[in-house]
Amino acid sequence: MLLPLWGPHLGGGCVQPGQVASPQRVEIHKLRQGENLILGFSIGGGIDQDPSQNPFSEDKTDKGIYVTRVSEGGPAEIAGLQIGDKIMQVNGWDMTMVTHDQARKRLTKRSEEVVRLLVTRQSLQKAVQQSMLS
Amino acid sequence: ERNRERHKSPRNKDGRGSEKSVTIQAPTGEPLLANDSARTEEAQDDNWGETTTAITGTSEHSISQEDIARISKDMEDSVGLDCRRYLGLTVAAVLGLLVFLTPIAFILLPPILWRDELEPCGTICEGLFISVAFKLLILLIGTWALFFRKQRADMPRVFVFRALLLVLIFLFVVSYWLFYGVRILDSRDRNYQGIVQYAVSLVDALLFIHYLAVVLLELRQLQPMFTLQVVRSADGESRFYSLGHLSCPSSTVLSPKGPSNNATGQSRAMIAAAARRRDSSHNELYYEEAEHERRVKKRRARLVVAVEEAFIHIQRLQAEEQQKAPGEVMDPREAAQAIFPSMARALQKYLRTTRQQNSHSMESILQHLAFCITHSMTPKAFLERYLSAGPTLQYDRERWLSTQWRLVSDEAVTNGLRDGLVFVLKCLDFSLVVNVKKIPFIMLSEEFIDPKSHKFVLRLQSETSV
Repeated sequence: MLLPLWGPHLGGGCVQPGQVASPQRVEIHKLRQGENLILGFSIGGGIDQDPSQNPFSEDKTDKGIYVTRVSEGGPAEIAGLQIGDKIMQVNGWDMTMVTHDQARKRLTKRSEEVVRLLVTRQSLQKAVQQSMLS
Repeated sequence: ERNRERHKSPRNKDGRGSEKSVTIQAPTGEPLLANDSARTEEAQDDNWGETTTAITGTSEHSISQEDIARISKDMEDSVGLDCRRYLGLTVAAVLGLLVFLTPIAFILLPPILWRDELEPCGTICEGLFISVAFKLLILLIGTWALFFRKQRADMPRVFVFRALLLVLIFLFVVSYWLFYGVRILDSRDRNYQGIVQYAVSLVDALLFIHYLAVVLLELRQLQPMFTLQVVRSADGESRFYSLGHLSCPSSTVLSPKGPSNNATGQSRAMIAAAARRRDSSHNELYYEEAEHERRVKKRRARLVVAVEEAFIHIQRLQAEEQQKAPGEVMDPREAAQAIFPSMARALQKYLRTTRQQNSHSMESILQHLAFCITHSMTPKAFLERYLSAGPTLQYDRERWLSTQWRLVSDEAVTNGLRDGLVFVLKCLDFSLVVNVKKIPFIMLSEEFIDPKSHKFVLRLQSETSV
């Protein structure tokens, strides 16, 4: 059964099935909605948050920033970002040791229209196992 | 019921004749024995409310051939046991009397036997006489309080501690007499003060033995050491009782006879229900039980309303008012009889639905009603006896299902209680399985927490849309 995570992706991240976890580069072009530039996903985590409640992390002490939701048809989904991805860098800025608010600020800079993310995701096999168990 | 107190006169129950045989007097009102009690019950049933049940010839009130054999065997047994119990009592009484008179004898014998040779002994001796007298009085009262209490039951074996104490006292007194006989009587000691002091020391030692008796027989058993789980075989209802160090038989008497109530009624109901249910599925069982619950609740509501309305009509007259209307004044019994008909039907229906109708006769209900009226109780207080099942003791004496129990266990009955012991108390109708569990040894340690050390931190998990 195919994973629901796999959505259409045009350009941007090169995701191949069967690959072991390796950092992926995802380039998201922000969408202008009124006054705001939105990316179309939600983040969770941070060094000021409780890491044990993170459903996506393998190691429950990991205080990194994770993608918790990807909106349908949004720029992030188009770019190939998936739910459960851990964001390591945003435009060269480190995201592994930041607070939740700092992460949000780094992603939503008004001056930037394109953000390049370095993400890691769990290997395909582990993701399949998890989806079968749930 | 097999009544052990055969030396007592037969109790004459209201309205029932008592059965008398030549040597043994059987108690009346037993559901298993007395045929005339069944007859009087039928008479009551006809007059009281309406009846829909028929009492057939082969009801539970009839006895079979093996019952007769068992009864006669029990009668023979209990005669022997009575003798043994009274033998023990007489031995103890004789010994007690002997022990009590010994100090007095020690003091009185020298003046009687060799008055001329005795040294005169003035105020000191008189002081010692007074102390002996009071100590003996204290000993007498203490012995009466400790030992002369009505036994609640007849145990199959002798109390170990009591026997031990009797032996100790016997040896003690015998040794004192030996010493007295050899050193004082034979040699005709002239020092009277010394003799009196010897008697005083005997009384002191007896008081200490009495103290030992209190500790062994009473105090040691007070601290709870074991928990008994008593399970009734008829329906599995179980209770827990806490006890101290006791032997098997003592523990059976001390745990109240709570579990015996309603056992007969419930066992019969179980058999009937099982017979009906043989071919039914679980679904039907559920609906049957739900229907029964509903019926009980409805009848209970009707009963409560009927009783409340009946009680409204009764008013207590103050002293001044009593002279005003002498014609209408009733005593509690008459008042009870006056309001009883209005609630009789509702009460009878409720008792039938809850299968309690055999536990309460009309006479007992009227007595209870008169009792409640006398003490200005509310309708709820009157009904509480019928709405909730209580311990067996609250029913009339003739309803007691059994006072003879048999203790069945695979260990010697004189052993003390120990953890994991299981024994069975059997009476004619059902049996109680008793499981003894030791109260665990609790290791309590102290830990001090500084009130300032209660600190908290917020742990969040936010989600932000970007």
